[in-house]
Amino acid sequence: MHMQQPDESGRFGDFGGRFVPEALMPACLELEAAFKEAWSDPAFVGEFRHVLAEFGGRPTPITHLSRLSDKLGVRIFAKREDLAHTGSHKINNVVGQTLLTKRMGKTRVIAETGAGQHGVATATAAARLGLGCTVYMGELDTQRQELNMFRMELLGARVVPVTSGSRTLKDAVNEAMREWVTCVEDTHYCLGSVMGPHPFPWMVREFQSIIGQEAREQMLSRGEGVPDMVVACVGGGSNAAGIFAGFANTTSRLIGAEAAGGAAVANGSPGVLHGMKSMLIQSEFGQIEEAHSISAGLDYPGIGPEHAHLAATGRAEYVPVSDDEVIPALQLMSELEGIIPALESAHAVAWIIREAGRAIPSGSSVLLNLSGRGDKDVAQVREMLKGQQ
Amino acid sequence: MKSLERALRQIRGEGRKALVPYFMAGVTPNWRDYVHAAIQGGADAVEIGLPFSDPLMDGVVIQEAGLRALNAGTTLASVCAELQQESFSVPLVAMTYYNLFHYDGLERAAGRLQQAGITGAIVPDLTLEESTHWRAVCASSDVATIFMVAPSTTSDRFVQLAAATEGFCYAAARMAVTGRAAGAGDAQRVVDSVREVSDVPTYVGIGITQPEQARESSAFSDGVIVGSALVARVLAGDSPVEIEGLIATFRDAIDG
Repeated sequence: MHMQQPDESGRFGDFGGRFVPEALMPACLELEAAFKEAWSDPAFVGEFRHVLAEFGGRPTPITHLSRLSDKLGVRIFAKREDLAHTGSHKINNVVGQTLLTKRMGKTRVIAETGAGQHGVATATAAARLGLGCTVYMGELDTQRQELNMFRMELLGARVVPVTSGSRTLKDAVNEAMREWVTCVEDTHYCLGSVMGPHPFPWMVREFQSIIGQEAREQMLSRGEGVPDMVVACVGGGSNAAGIFAGFANTTSRLIGAEAAGGAAVANGSPGVLHGMKSMLIQSEFGQIEEAHSISAGLDYPGIGPEHAHLAATGRAEYVPVSDDEVIPALQLMSELEGIIPALESAHAVAWIIREAGRAIPSGSSVLLNLSGRGDKDVAQVREMLKGQQ
Repeated sequence: MKSLERALRQIRGEGRKALVPYFMAGVTPNWRDYVHAAIQGGADAVEIGLPFSDPLMDGVVIQEAGLRALNAGTTLASVCAELQQESFSVPLVAMTYYNLFHYDGLERAAGRLQQAGITGAIVPDLTLEESTHWRAVCASSDVATIFMVAPSTTSDRFVQLAAATEGFCYAAARMAVTGRAAGAGDAQRVVDSVREVSDVPTYVGIGITQPEQARESSAFSDGVIVGSALVARVLAGDSPVEIEGLIATFRDAIDG
């Protein structure tokens, strides 16, 4: 089974669609048409790939994590999105969307951000193309990720702290959408994950699928063949969708590691939020609950609709990973492999550590999407380790 | 034709411009007193906000009111149960977000509204394209589905939305969420676009904060919706009597 095209209404199975104020519908329809047209134009695809090669640092390598493999008794390979420009896979999507913004004749982008990675990537791509950029970031996250906030400002973006609700990613999306209503004529909303109204979940997956395409070729060319398992962390789920896209039609098991405090598949139910129908963590009265995670990038009570569909069909499995498991995983990865992963990516590492020899049979080959580097998290991790002493 | 549209067409037939205030259910323990006060002050219908955790179409005032209501334990069921205890002399219309109905189950949610005497629903994140199931459920009830149109609405969508809306058509005067900007904006162009394709009553909302603006907008439409300007006064502690007085100034301005 391939990752599929959504149907005309933007649905993957029961999930997806478009649930936005009428004021935004024309922009969603315009974006869908523009993306379809651009994505079938070899010139646009060529430019996208050229920018990612020349500016984004692609292709990213695959590293055999030999010491961690020896320790766990499985063969682990990491797709090194941490080595992409700006330090995570987020650059893939924003290069695509900012090129599309130009093509649509818009002059400005807005974005939401959780950990700051998507905000930094958007500010970076906007700077390169000369687009105006405003980033909405939950006030709590501006404190947790102060340096990323400053990075965005260095890149010429304006950062707006969001003080409503839980003051995290969910509220940043709300505020970005409210703002988009007021400026939709000249502004593109550069959404950072495989979520939101159609065509975003599909478009973002398409831009991120370069991860999976590269990884598959790289695994084959190093003689490894298709891995037994592909593991990625999932907040909204863009890095997971990107790497799954390369393996959905193979025998690989696909695993998405969600933060336990935002595990929309394990603890959620179908609902409508942020323009999409998907799995959401909700109260007994249909109010959306606040997620809780040490990783700002996974602090989200939902999941992209295509993931909800892959979970419903059983093609992919989604597993919760608790905060307590993440810091030791980050430490082990750093000490054994010389790679400090982002707290988000460390969820995928933690699941592999926990399940090696259990859900992951000994001797299996595992492809880990190392979606981002941990530099942004070092100060937070230091504080947490201090607190443990 | 559902009872809401019959009532609103009759108001127009009498040569009267409709005044539709908005209140957030559950924002204070005596929130229903504000609804009664608004009717005393001259409201022709009242919008009842049902609080949702993520109100995408609302600015800070209604966000704050919703948060207060949620913190007080307000739910779809509790609001409907409270409304069922009373009767109101003008139509009531719910305004909320789709997840509340989706979570409750569409049949059950529509049933609750009907039993509570709510004769219409404005659901800003329920697009025309996604509304098929909800409208089918409401077809067997007296709950009307009210659609919004906006300055960005394209001509083909004006035709579809004006044909689909029941009760009235909600014309957003400007590209903004509630309570964020004041003035008539593009309201006249939006209203004219509806009128070219339909004779459904068309009311202007989003940005009506002053009686004078209400007068201007009602001159080229069938009525006006006043939300954040009133909710801000409720949040500030105005009593129902004070709100009645404020509504009366809007009424006087509209009736000129």
